[in-house]
Amino acid sequence: MTIQTRVGRRNFLASSAVVAGGFSLGFSFPFQASAQSPVKELNAWVVIQPDDKVVIRVARSEMGQGTLTGLCQLVAEELECDWSKVTWEYPTPGENLKRNRVWKNFSTGGSRGIRESNQYVREGGAMAREMLLAAAAAEWKVPAGELKVDKGVITHSSGKKTTYGAVAAAAAQLEPPKEVKLKDPKDWKIAGKPLKRLDTVDKVTGKQLYGIDFTMPGMLVASVRACPVIGGKLKSFDAAKVEKMPGVKKVVAIDGNAVVVVADTYWNARTALAALPAEWDVGKLGEVQTETITAMLKEGLDANEAFVGNKVGDAKAAIDGAAKKVTATYSFPYQHHVTMEPMNATARVTADKCEVWCGTQNGEAALAAASEACGLPVAQCEVYKMLLGGGFGRRGRADYVRQAVLVAKEMPGTPVKLIWSREEDMTHCQYHPTTMCKLTGGLDAQGNLVGLQMRISGQSILASLLPQNLVNGMDPATFQGVMAQGPEATYGYNVPNLLIDHAMRNPHITAGFWRGVNVNQNAVYMECFMDELAQAAGQDPLAFRLKLLKPKWAAVLQAAADKAGYGKPLPAGHFHGIAQVMGYGSYVAGVAEVSVSDDGALKIHKITAATNPGHVVNPAQIERQVSGSFVYGLSAMLYGEITVKDGAVEQTNFDSYNVMRMDEMPKVETVLVPTHDFWGGVGEPTIAVAAPAVLNGIAKATGKRVRDLPLMHADLKKAS
Amino acid sequence: MAVINVNGKALNHNADPRTPLLWVLREQLGLTGTKYGCGIAQCGACTVMIDGVATRSCQVPVNSVGAKKVTTIEGLAANGTLNKIQAAWVAADVPQCGYCQSGMVMAATALLAAKPNPTDADIDAAMTNICRCGTYVQVREAIHAASKA
Repeated sequence: MTIQTRVGRRNFLASSAVVAGGFSLGFSFPFQASAQSPVKELNAWVVIQPDDKVVIRVARSEMGQGTLTGLCQLVAEELECDWSKVTWEYPTPGENLKRNRVWKNFSTGGSRGIRESNQYVREGGAMAREMLLAAAAAEWKVPAGELKVDKGVITHSSGKKTTYGAVAAAAAQLEPPKEVKLKDPKDWKIAGKPLKRLDTVDKVTGKQLYGIDFTMPGMLVASVRACPVIGGKLKSFDAAKVEKMPGVKKVVAIDGNAVVVVADTYWNARTALAALPAEWDVGKLGEVQTETITAMLKEGLDANEAFVGNKVGDAKAAIDGAAKKVTATYSFPYQHHVTMEPMNATARVTADKCEVWCGTQNGEAALAAASEACGLPVAQCEVYKMLLGGGFGRRGRADYVRQAVLVAKEMPGTPVKLIWSREEDMTHCQYHPTTMCKLTGGLDAQGNLVGLQMRISGQSILASLLPQNLVNGMDPATFQGVMAQGPEATYGYNVPNLLIDHAMRNPHITAGFWRGVNVNQNAVYMECFMDELAQAAGQDPLAFRLKLLKPKWAAVLQAAADKAGYGKPLPAGHFHGIAQVMGYGSYVAGVAEVSVSDDGALKIHKITAATNPGHVVNPAQIERQVSGSFVYGLSAMLYGEITVKDGAVEQTNFDSYNVMRMDEMPKVETVLVPTHDFWGGVGEPTIAVAAPAVLNGIAKATGKRVRDLPLMHADLKKAS
Repeated sequence: MAVINVNGKALNHNADPRTPLLWVLREQLGLTGTKYGCGIAQCGACTVMIDGVATRSCQVPVNSVGAKKVTTIEGLAANGTLNKIQAAWVAADVPQCGYCQSGMVMAATALLAAKPNPTDADIDAAMTNICRCGTYVQVREAIHAASKA
């Protein structure tokens, strides 16, 4: 079967640069008539062209985290092809459904790209290799066992040579092997190496197209304004006021909660939308303030009812009987992802077809959203994924896809690109949930931790986005980083009496997945409190932790401490803060070197971060994920705060929602301590140690314990 | 119809004179390498050079450009050869999602034109562009490398 027949008129172009509308694209679009004859695939993952070019299909979305390069490395490793000839392409979500989900999960979140799909993508590469060898063996009429392959060149023991490109067509006719043996990672030549990303050059020349750059003939552009209060409704709007403005083609309401202007250009659409009068019905939601939400959460800190996430022994009794009791309450605000590229999607809807072009972390969710919005069966819908100008969890939700399709449905046959302004994006997110946390610990006379209670009060992401995934009302993800067990985000301390529970309190603000998700605040709570306990016990925070930590957790913390020179003299006024956590299957730890001037100015000099991700697929890209994760985590710690006034989000743009810039960026040293016995994620976990490591350093430097984020509200001035 | 000089070419557009240069570049001239990030000159994703000065094009009405020479990310590579900043960016494998990188490269190009051997403090002062993936460490490394190239 050829690719041509598999995908109908859509050609999977094996060319990495095709031309549409004058732009160079990294992948194909359906309206392009392929100038090239279709090439048969070896399997869902691998296409090899006659000129030896290798096209590897990547189902997960590339949003900067390097997953496409890492996944290609894993396929290429088993394929034994020439890495310099590797290009990549996205299969479409619609094609995945038609082919019985041959590419499996498209969802790109939870640092799952590599750790969840490594097995089947490597098998895809290995099967293709076996088929290519079998084809060469058949052509030469020799046993396949007499062949060797290196960088796509097949050699027979007699010295005869051929290439993958020469035998690919014959190989594609063969039955795939039933089983393949995967290489031992210690024999890797392509995977495990610090290779350059495959998607860099177009990103420094302006050629890389993101969803917002997409264009096609006849396309119009839409600007949207939803009710400023999430959950509110559109009462009325006066289209006549703007219909005659330059370029305006249509003014519509969608979903009963948003107004949209469609125009010839975004600028014209946006200008008209700003002039469009609209009234909203926000009901009681208009009375909600940040203070209202804080009061809700505070009440939960001491509520009788709570979901138990982790319980050992009898924490209350142990604390009651302890020689010393320590209590502290922390809080963590709503935060915004602020992807650099605001939400957008292009849709074209006809009577029997719906097509969407967008950046998405979950192509299949985008497809489902398109189908639901246009009313056509999924089989008549398709999503063409573009690269993402940042995802961080935000683009896992398809609300912007739904809006684009609803607007395009109003203009059958006309492609419409819907772009959110930064202001729309800032005020209509699914925010990192807000929580508070009360911790109580009991120490015996020798300073040993005998009991620990952690009460989380606050919002559940699952209750907000995926209520069907709640387990008897409980949101297990709330306990990320402090879970009782599992390969994902388990608590690392051996505490003889422990109770970690969650009083769920759900305000109306939509909560969602935000890079690092609940590990982030749980690590702040637990790791800062561990320092408070160590201080109360009169012990060094590292030594105090190492007594309690299980081996893998302890090893990575020790590695970070060793690399940072923890315990050795630092420049005057510099202090080390430490933190560790397990998240996304990986074990991570950080040491922050900080100083605080007498007038309260914080300087983060250096972060040393250790990661045990099990297997390492690309150390250079892991290093970049780790250093990048500190920008994300430290931005959140310093500035990240969404507040609510009269039911609406108050922040609107980077002037009211600040993020870290280069002048605040510390040096980052990455230490990889892989144990090669599991597959962990790397896109998220180290974010979680950023804030607690710095906060612990600040406490040492100033004697002040900051328990409420963001840090910008804290007064770190030396007491006079 | 009005004319602006972009990347050495006189290009026609029919946008309203008050339209920001950013949107004229993107929607009238097809130069989508210049990105929209905030629209209020905070993030730097829309940075271009106007007569060699790094400028946030979202705050520049197109009619104020006049005969000045606009250079966008698409105009840096001469005949397909990357300029030394772009080459340093590739060598250091800087971009992650890449969305902010056009603006970063433009700001760095202007910086190195003004200060061929910038200090870290010079870099901090000139490179106020926002990157959310967190490429700051690699951006700094690439600027230093380009200054030595």
